[in-house]
Amino acid sequence: MTQRPGTPGSLPVGPSRPARAELRTAHGATPPILVALQSAILIVHLLAGMASAGTPSGGATVRVAVAANFTAAAREIAAAFEDATGDGALLSFGSTGQLYAQILQGAPFEVFLAADEMRPGLAEREGLAVPGSRRTYAVGRLVLFSAEAGRVTGPDALRDPGLRRIALANPALAPYGRAALEVARALGVEDILRDRQVIGQNVSQAHQFVRTGNAEVGFLALAQVVRSADGSRWLVPERLHGPIRQQAVLLEAGRQNPAAARFLDFLGSRAARKILRRHGYRAEPPAPHGPGGP
Amino acid sequence: MNAETIWPPIRLTLELAGVTTVFLLLLGTPIAWWLARTRFRFKEAVAALVALPLVLPPTVLGFYLLIALGPDGPGGFVARLFGERSLAFSFPGLVIGSILYSLPFTVQPIRGAFEAVGDRPLEAAATLRASPWDAFWTVAVPLARPGLIAGGVLGFAHTVGEFGVILMIGGNIPGATRVLSIAIYDHVELMEWGTAHLLSGSLLVFSFVVVAVTLSLQKKMGGRDR
Repeated sequence: MTQRPGTPGSLPVGPSRPARAELRTAHGATPPILVALQSAILIVHLLAGMASAGTPSGGATVRVAVAANFTAAAREIAAAFEDATGDGALLSFGSTGQLYAQILQGAPFEVFLAADEMRPGLAEREGLAVPGSRRTYAVGRLVLFSAEAGRVTGPDALRDPGLRRIALANPALAPYGRAALEVARALGVEDILRDRQVIGQNVSQAHQFVRTGNAEVGFLALAQVVRSADGSRWLVPERLHGPIRQQAVLLEAGRQNPAAARFLDFLGSRAARKILRRHGYRAEPPAPHGPGGP
Repeated sequence: MNAETIWPPIRLTLELAGVTTVFLLLLGTPIAWWLARTRFRFKEAVAALVALPLVLPPTVLGFYLLIALGPDGPGGFVARLFGERSLAFSFPGLVIGSILYSLPFTVQPIRGAFEAVGDRPLEAAATLRASPWDAFWTVAVPLARPGLIAGGVLGFAHTVGEFGVILMIGGNIPGATRVLSIAIYDHVELMEWGTAHLLSGSLLVFSFVVVAVTLSLQKKMGGRDR
């Protein structure tokens, strides 16, 4: 997310004497900028190579693209999955939009755990996903959070005239951001939000803004703060916003990989549901195609 | 694709790069001069400090800046003087971040140019009774002009191309911190690839021109020296 592709990262830092002489005469020597560009190109090639490397474990391996907000839960679920099935899960994290763009460009992911319903639906319509494999694996809860104890006791925290900054995820990109906007609308504090909002690319960045105190409050995923007892928070009632359904889908690249289907099924298992509840998500009632798994 | 989403980030980016370049030259020139002339034993340590942003990931700089600009850091202290809480998410905050991030790109070429001037022209100026200040302005600066221009151009261009640091301390506020690179990132994420193509293509051409100009300046610098 914060790479700087193409940045000349190897411009001469402190050239040695002969190098400096070359810079001065610029005769026959490679100009430093060219060197920088060459190294940048090399780095891009290396990265491209790395993206297709895997780590084999006992059974088969499944490559999973995971929305950033589900990182901690996904790690735990992947570990439980490996214990239960002997298959390995290789997790890649990113924002849902970023991951979708990569899938669209042929990234080798086999299962996609998105933070919304839209992108998995889109993947299905665009023929990138196996039809009928889409399911809600977790329902997110929104929380208004402050790193300061006592600042947030309820929705009135948003009307505090001393409040300067409210962090949220980009509503155009992230479901938690969209939900935050819906909550502000429902509470009639849209104008306050518009004047004071600072927008993170995703809900993780909104969390950074709040944790560092740069924003006093922020609309975050419960999953981000469920394990810490500090600060102050208001668990936003679900009736104030549309449900934050996080959906998973089997991608075309995983159609032939039985481990991919097993991973999807495992998401609905009792073990996985227990993990995600502990991480601040709600599990939806079992889907008609059944949870499967052990 | 409409003008209202395209122009404000471009205007903001040019403003940021312009303001940053002014500060870069004001700060970078004396630093470069000092590094080129001093016999201080640990000068390369100072040079390394200036050059650090070349090798540090922007995330490191962004992370420290987020804390330093925040209410518990020096930035928060300054912000309180203006009745604000934090320098993050503000134009001045971005200028501070950009100066730190682009400083090596300005200092390096200027230092090289000052070193290329060497002692002799300055000694000659001194024998003609020019004060060091006079000698700096009438001898060193004109001789090092290609280096100064290259430093300014590279600092400007590097600020235009800045992404990681701004992503971490900007807060994506239209008109204040939503610069071009962030806007492109958003357009890609939103699948608005037409706009993304337009902006990315323009940036590509701009960067090519900058690199070409800088390369030819370096050539000129060397050519005159021979």
